[in-house]
Amino acid sequence: MKKKILALIMVLAFAFAMTSCGSESNGKLVMVTNATFPPYEYVDGDDCAGIDIDLAQAIADELGMELEVQDIDFNSIIPAIESGKADMALAGMTKTPERENNVNFSETYATAVQSIIVKEDSSIKGPDDLKGVKIGVQEATTGHIYCEDDYGADNVIAYTSGANAIEALKTGKVDAVVIDNLPAKKFVEANEGLKILDTDYVEEEYAIAIAKDNDELLKEVNSVIKKMKKDGSLQEIIDKYIKAE
Amino acid sequence: MQEWIAHMSNAINQSFIIDDRWMLYLKGLTITIRVALLALVMGIAIGIVIAVIRTAHDSQSRNAHGAGHVLLNIGDKICRVYLTVIRGTPMMVQLLIMYFVIFSSSRHSILVAILAFGINSGAYVAEIVRSGIQSVDTGQMEAGRSLGLNYRQTMVKIIIPQAIRNILPALGNEMITLLKDTSLVTVIGVKDITKIALNIQGLTYQAFVPLVSVALVYLILVLLLSKLLEKLERRMRASDRR
Repeated sequence: MKKKILALIMVLAFAFAMTSCGSESNGKLVMVTNATFPPYEYVDGDDCAGIDIDLAQAIADELGMELEVQDIDFNSIIPAIESGKADMALAGMTKTPERENNVNFSETYATAVQSIIVKEDSSIKGPDDLKGVKIGVQEATTGHIYCEDDYGADNVIAYTSGANAIEALKTGKVDAVVIDNLPAKKFVEANEGLKILDTDYVEEEYAIAIAKDNDELLKEVNSVIKKMKKDGSLQEIIDKYIKAE
Repeated sequence: MQEWIAHMSNAINQSFIIDDRWMLYLKGLTITIRVALLALVMGIAIGIVIAVIRTAHDSQSRNAHGAGHVLLNIGDKICRVYLTVIRGTPMMVQLLIMYFVIFSSSRHSILVAILAFGINSGAYVAEIVRSGIQSVDTGQMEAGRSLGLNYRQTMVKIIIPQAIRNILPALGNEMITLLKDTSLVTVIGVKDITKIALNIQGLTYQAFVPLVSVALVYLILVLLLSKLLEKLERRMRASDRR
């Protein structure tokens, strides 16, 4: 009984937190991302660039809409989708069952693995050595979730961007950074004295996040992704950024 | 409506119940309170010292000489630089600089956060306290001195108690600001209550329930704090003959 009353109070408390849904489709497809995740998304001059941006452009072209890219904080991406401020989010987001309760995920478009970055002289050789050391991650990423599950929340320090996690590794605040493999490569290239371990940590797949009630867009996006997978244009986009290294 | 209730109960379940997630919020809350409280104590200590140095410097006579005078001048200069730098730069930038540059080899992120917030708050408290000291009539100092108390005794026993009563409302403002500003510690990885909400959002992709809950917690904390301050103000006014 007590639980029920508690639940009722909470439901009432959130009565005003209801989201206003339904973005108008006035020919514009608004995409949100957090451009600190090379090569999927990064800032190039004044604009965002990367695999996710190109993919979104291809989808917009296919749907005959104009693409608008908004670069926002990683933590603001989901509220932006939920509130209808944006139509879709491409930010190297991984499908998980718990997340699927709250947003629609498209067909997956890329495979990623979580890599471990350490200092060159580190004694850490693989995932097993991460027990009991401090691990830096990017807040709210799957790397963050996995590490907290595997190594305990007290050993995991979450930073607002991957770059901050790398900075913490360089200054010795953490002993290792766990982050998706392609950004990991870019970070190690850009910073001397760091290396990526040969053994990967976890494998996962990226998908586009779309508001829960926007099934129409989901269908359209899925059909475009399927088509792009079939005719090889999706692989072309990915190759363009990975070979450019 | 039914659909909405189902959605909400799922959101609440995911935000609080699964894996005993409500425990995380409690843990985060203790860290928020710890950082705010210790920073507050530090800020008030720094603030009072600086305010006293600054007023002592301002109130000394123009033709004062000697070592004490020189020391006071140097102290005043240092305080001015501190005030200018701390009040002239954003809190978040200060926090990042403290964490990544000044204490780059330290792993105690909570301690760094307390220091950063304490030092920041000290600058604001210093000016509040100074305004309080100046609001006390100069006759009080003269009276104290003519009764045979020295400068320090007059300050501690007569001026500062009266000043504190005058500045309580402004000080309360600063406390509230400080409490809410501690949410910035998320940038250096401290797991305060805001961070917990963001983490749960990342886990579930459900943003509104965690965010609104955390907002409510801050609101309750601030309400409690204002109540406490109101009580304190009333008690201090009890001796007023106005």
